[in-house]
Amino acid sequence: MSMAAEERSARAPWALTAPALMLFVGVLLIPLAMTVMLSFHDWGQYKGIEPVFILKNWHEIATDPYYAEMFWRTFRIAILTTLLTALLGAPEAYILNRMDGRWKSFFLLVILGPLLISVVARTLGWALLFGGNNGLVNKLLMSAGVIRSPIPFMFTETGMVVALAHVMMPFMVLSVWAALQRLDPQIENAAMSLGAGPVTIIRRIIMPQIMPGVLSGAIIVFSLSASAFATPAIIGGRRLKVAATLAYDEFLNTLNWPLGAAVATLLLVALVLIVVGSNALIERRYAEVFR
Amino acid sequence: MAYLELDRVAKQFGAQTVVDDFSLSVGKGEFISFLGPSGCGKTTTLQMIAGFLDPSGGAIRLEGKDLTAIHPAKRGLGIVFQSYALFPHMTAAENVAFGLEMRNVPRNERAERVRAALAMVGLAGFEDRHPRRMSGGQQQRVALARALVIKPSVLLLDEPLSNLDAKLREEMQIELRQIQRTIGTTTILVTHDQNEAMSLSDRIVVMSQGKIEQIGTPQETYERPASAFVSQFLGKTNDFAGTIDRTATPAQLVAGSWSAPAPAGLSGPVTVSIRPERIGFGDAGLHAKIVTRIFQGNHWLFQCDSECGPAIVIRQNDGTAQPAEGESVRLTWHPQDMSMRARAGA
Ligand SMILES: Nc1ncnc2c1ncn2[C@@H]1O[C@H](COP(=O)(O)OP(=O)(O)OP(=O)(O)O)[C@@H](O)[C@H]1O
Ligand SMILES: [Mg+2]
Repeated sequence: MSMAAEERSARAPWALTAPALMLFVGVLLIPLAMTVMLSFHDWGQYKGIEPVFILKNWHEIATDPYYAEMFWRTFRIAILTTLLTALLGAPEAYILNRMDGRWKSFFLLVILGPLLISVVARTLGWALLFGGNNGLVNKLLMSAGVIRSPIPFMFTETGMVVALAHVMMPFMVLSVWAALQRLDPQIENAAMSLGAGPVTIIRRIIMPQIMPGVLSGAIIVFSLSASAFATPAIIGGRRLKVAATLAYDEFLNTLNWPLGAAVATLLLVALVLIVVGSNALIERRYAEVFR
Repeated sequence: MAYLELDRVAKQFGAQTVVDDFSLSVGKGEFISFLGPSGCGKTTTLQMIAGFLDPSGGAIRLEGKDLTAIHPAKRGLGIVFQSYALFPHMTAAENVAFGLEMRNVPRNERAERVRAALAMVGLAGFEDRHPRRMSGGQQQRVALARALVIKPSVLLLDEPLSNLDAKLREEMQIELRQIQRTIGTTTILVTHDQNEAMSLSDRIVVMSQGKIEQIGTPQETYERPASAFVSQFLGKTNDFAGTIDRTATPAQLVAGSWSAPAPAGLSGPVTVSIRPERIGFGDAGLHAKIVTRIFQGNHWLFQCDSECGPAIVIRQNDGTAQPAEGESVRLTWHPQDMSMRARAGA
């Protein structure tokens, strides 16, 4: 091969990926860098944004307990959502996997179907069912005399966890499902032939093998829940804020863009650290199952 | 008395009959092979013995007791799966120990038996390896050790060697046979490899489309195949159309220009089967022409065009001169080396 041809073939991958790369840099990296920079700018009620380099916003976040509470709530909700999806999603995937062909595809559709519906619509459904005195379920239960006051759902962390878990469930089920597909189809029979009962088979044979799937599903659900906006905005509104809705408020209501940028940056950094860290841990712990 | 007995066992999946009228009695310590082409119901039969499938009809008895009434986890059979089905999250030793744990064998005894089982299959020193870090042959041995360590009443092997390369397979065959001889476990091996079945088993069950074609020792099934299917399936064979003429005295069996005194029994059109290694070149017999001559080290393989159709001849390479390609020869054989069955039509 001639030098020119060699050079050309070395440049080809770059040339071919250039459009996508430019889009990536243009719509993701540049705005991200600008957001980080923005978080170091100053802001005043009357002077607006001043492009200087100060740590005011970061200092405020670090010292004002309001922000600590906000982030703590965000991660608490994300963790509880993750636990709930894991507890419900893993058995769901396992049962689904054991179903007969026709039922299996039907229920897989039922589980994945909601992904086609907007998150807003799905969350509004919860609001319609449980929203204060007018929520359908609350109304029914109250008129039936089962409860005297409406079940508190809107503006509660419980409500947010339940609604988020509902939204995130498909990701967990799919992730566990993928792990189940990698199982040897005879593995349960093998354990049974050695004398293991159904509980032992699930606990000793199935669980350890689908654990990586549960954990990678957990990472997805956790990061999506911690940065979720629509569901917390609808269930929590401005009364029960999480990091994402807080940043939104700073940007669009208070117009304190630098503070909003600092909140957003912190959320991003924290999430990246948590996700990368736990991923590394999982991969090391489950090296044998992953290979 | 039979140790393991299958009595007219049948299995249907929907309208499809997969195993039909399967009767077999296995003696204690016997090594039996189920041999047949893909899809003939070997795995299904094995899974019914193991209890993963319920027979649609018939009975399976172990030492006279109805086996189908016992839950698979309580049958105490050792099974090696085609895919090995090792537990990938456990080490070799943990895999082997699992069955003992389920039986509540005390820790010390357990460790000792696991060590002995792994040593028996030649895997001493591999205790702490995970299956995915072992070669196919090593995984296969772990699976075997895991099945044997529980001292099973019957060992069921579903094509355990089919994933191995030819050399390793041969080694494992020898090892398997030795282990089975040493500990004397009653064994059923499923295979579609006729050489494997013949070199390992005491008796072979040849199956086709869910039915038993023949049960017999390797020699019996090879030399006196009960049906055309068996003779075709077990090694190469030559089928020639012949006729038994009972009007002549003495009665004559004629195939082309080859003839011999007819044995008692059949008459009219017959099919004559002769193994290629039992045919020789002589001065009389079937007219044939050598089409190709292939040298295979210890023997020669001849493909001939005979007056009764294509024929294969195998001759030992004993140093004598062999006919060349294109040469005309006469094919001959001893009447006791052939088997015969009635042929439809004239
Ligand atoms: N669960 C099932 N439902 C319906 N048909 C089945 C089922 N399991 C097996 N069969 C059919 O039963 C027949 C026998 O299958 P089996 O697995 O026993 O074959 P086999 O002799 O073990 O073949 P191979 O050598 O390919 O493993 C096949 O035609 C197969 O399609
Ligand atoms: Mg099979």
